[in-house]
Amino acid sequence: MKCGLQTTMSAVIQVSGVHKTYGTTVAVDEASFEVYEREIFGLIGPNGAGKTTTMECVEGLRKPDRGTIAVLGLDPFRQVYKLQDRIGVQLQQAQLQKRIKVWEAVDLWASLYQKKAIDGERLLEQLGLSDKRGASFMNLSGGQKQRLFIALALINDPEVVFLDELTTGLDPQSRRAIWDLVRGIRERGKTVFLTTHLMEEAERLCDRVAIMEHGRIIDIDKPERLVARYCPARTVVLDTDDPTAAEHFRRIPRVESVICIGKTFTIRGEGEDLVTEVIHCLSENRIRVTDFRTIFPNLEDVFLKLTGHSIRE
Amino acid sequence: MMLRGLWKLTWIEIKIFLREPLGAIGTVVIPVLVFLVLSRVTNLKLGAPSLAGNGFPSAGVPALVSLLIAINAVLSLVTIISIYREGGILKRLRATPLRPQTILTAHVIVKLILTAATLALMLLAGRRYFPAGAHVPVFSFAIALLISTWSILSIGFLIASIVPTARFAQPLGAIILYPMFAFSGLFVPFVAFPPALRVVGRVLPLTYAVRMLEGIWNGDGWRAHLGDVTALAVFFLLFTAISARVFRWE
Repeated sequence: MKCGLQTTMSAVIQVSGVHKTYGTTVAVDEASFEVYEREIFGLIGPNGAGKTTTMECVEGLRKPDRGTIAVLGLDPFRQVYKLQDRIGVQLQQAQLQKRIKVWEAVDLWASLYQKKAIDGERLLEQLGLSDKRGASFMNLSGGQKQRLFIALALINDPEVVFLDELTTGLDPQSRRAIWDLVRGIRERGKTVFLTTHLMEEAERLCDRVAIMEHGRIIDIDKPERLVARYCPARTVVLDTDDPTAAEHFRRIPRVESVICIGKTFTIRGEGEDLVTEVIHCLSENRIRVTDFRTIFPNLEDVFLKLTGHSIRE
Repeated sequence: MMLRGLWKLTWIEIKIFLREPLGAIGTVVIPVLVFLVLSRVTNLKLGAPSLAGNGFPSAGVPALVSLLIAINAVLSLVTIISIYREGGILKRLRATPLRPQTILTAHVIVKLILTAATLALMLLAGRRYFPAGAHVPVFSFAIALLISTWSILSIGFLIASIVPTARFAQPLGAIILYPMFAFSGLFVPFVAFPPALRVVGRVLPLTYAVRMLEGIWNGDGWRAHLGDVTALAVFFLLFTAISARVFRWE
């Protein structure tokens, strides 16, 4: 699904030079980006990078100090009600009334929009909440609450869906289930704008990501292109008993280092051809291997490279 | 547009309130009990237009208890609003086409309904303390109480705007609202105050609410209390204007 030509797609969100400070703290520093129709766009970065503030400016919940934002051609601050009618929002760490029942929340939300809401019962069924429709919000598990918030974000059949740290605090199983749901939203033709500090989530879910740190957007691209751009290094790890192996490996073009510990060799080099070259070398010299794997860099490494520290720090 | 979602939100908030048993008992049952106990110990035939031996004006007990009802409603509003803000519920409701005024109006309506219901319960339960044959203008009295509640609710919004966390909401509200009784002319007649305290009384909405409630209970016409209604409306506008500037949604 990670295809599609960006040039032929229209931007549904345009953010240009957005700046927001709280007192002396700069939360968002001249952020500019576009989100295209029918893509999953991720704003990624550590906690406190300014992701939520940026998203809330786009949703019309906050007013930027300067800069312009257009969502579906609307000014999110001045035309906030018009905009809210056409978008779906899930907020970070939001709650509902403790004793509101699942069906009541869905019913209330369905009544708030001008457009006819989609069938709430079916939505609950699709999100696996049918048997919880009579449960109070406070008795739902973390995953169930997030699924309910997704339901509320989808009830008006929105054109753009905003998801802020959707899977934070969920166990891996619920997280995967939610990822499937988000992919499903895109398959229904919606645009998804999400924030996450989980690089795995961004890599698996997003068509394009913007890396944000200290309020600044450092770079924007497809995850695999960011990886290729900033972390071109490839690593092959293999086990062999062949005593001549090290010598052969060092002769492979663009290999930077060969480290040997026992019978395990770690070959590092640049370029996408490294793996092919290693395999070629193995077959040419009839080196017998008992294990072979490749290690690819990921967004986590890109982040480390760009900022000098891990996203978890 | 303003009305979209208002009735549904109001209805849901009423249901949610009734599902919280302690809150419902505190705001409904306790004032009714206070009314019954006070009526018994003062041993009054309420409505007789004379001063009782203990200094309570005869209409004092219904005025006191109904304002207790109103203040309980306001405290409950302050608590709910601050809990909703702290939990991000207000913010979540705002990230919809709902107008902010609609969200707050729903809570005002819930509290007015609650106040009316509690008053009805109080009047029913306390019927035997009414003077035999005397006519208590129940309907006018209810209207007077709703006007008072509506006015004091705006102080509630102001308190809800300034409390830092939900934990402080109830105590801070109580500290601000209950002492107003002392200067309201309910326990000590207004004319007996030294001039300085009279000024204090004049700038508190409760003073006007007390005068109106006592008067209406004793059979005054509305014409006699136009001034009180105006004062309460002015307080409402003033506090609402201030809250609108300082209210925090998150």
